[in-house]
Amino acid sequence: MQSIVVSAKIEEMNKVTGFVSEILEANQCSMKARIQIEVAIDEILSNIIRYAYEGKTGDVMVECDIRDGVACIRFIDSGIPYNPLTKEDPDVTLSASEREIGGLGIFMVKKSMDDLRYEYRGQRNQLTMMKRIV
Amino acid sequence: MTITKANDGDKLTLTLEGRLDTTTTPQLEEELKGVLNDVKTLVFDFGSLEYLSSAGLRVLLATQKQMNQQGSMIITNVNDTIMEVFEVTGFVDILTIQ
Repeated sequence: MQSIVVSAKIEEMNKVTGFVSEILEANQCSMKARIQIEVAIDEILSNIIRYAYEGKTGDVMVECDIRDGVACIRFIDSGIPYNPLTKEDPDVTLSASEREIGGLGIFMVKKSMDDLRYEYRGQRNQLTMMKRIV
Repeated sequence: MTITKANDGDKLTLTLEGRLDTTTTPQLEEELKGVLNDVKTLVFDFGSLEYLSSAGLRVLLATQKQMNQQGSMIITNVNDTIMEVFEVTGFVDILTIQ
């Protein structure tokens, strides 16, 4: 298992994407799975950056492990307790004028990953996503 | 992300290259500011766009809403990965994809 710790800031996002992508590429990840994982990282991390520390600074640890062709990526932060998986799915049948954009990011992650789990443990949010990569 | 603009009368074509995500979306928002006033047809060429996240969807929706008031917006050369995002999120019914 490898991990990286970054500040919860937009400018740090590419470091995390780069860190995970390097591991995926070394493990023969399909291009489609890599792109879906990169989008999922964008969604999860941008949520943490916006909401976890309520405008204050804080860190995010991202762990990445590949086992039997499945990538396991975990986001750990010590911000306010928040389970994004309990957020209601958006109504994707509404027209442009009726649409509100909230909730689409986590919805896309739910659809593209094979499994998502949330735990609040040791005063830390832990969100784990699993995705078959080969 | 690289954005190329091409004007042809009241038609504006924006060609996007790279990734439209949380870090690059502000760049597109900045490019769109103030340039749509006299535009009747807005074309997004996604031929060189690798992927987009919900941040990208957000700006596409806002732009579509604006163009609904004054003309049309067309998205061309959408790859399979991006098309899947449009399908999952119901954006296929909101956007005009050619």
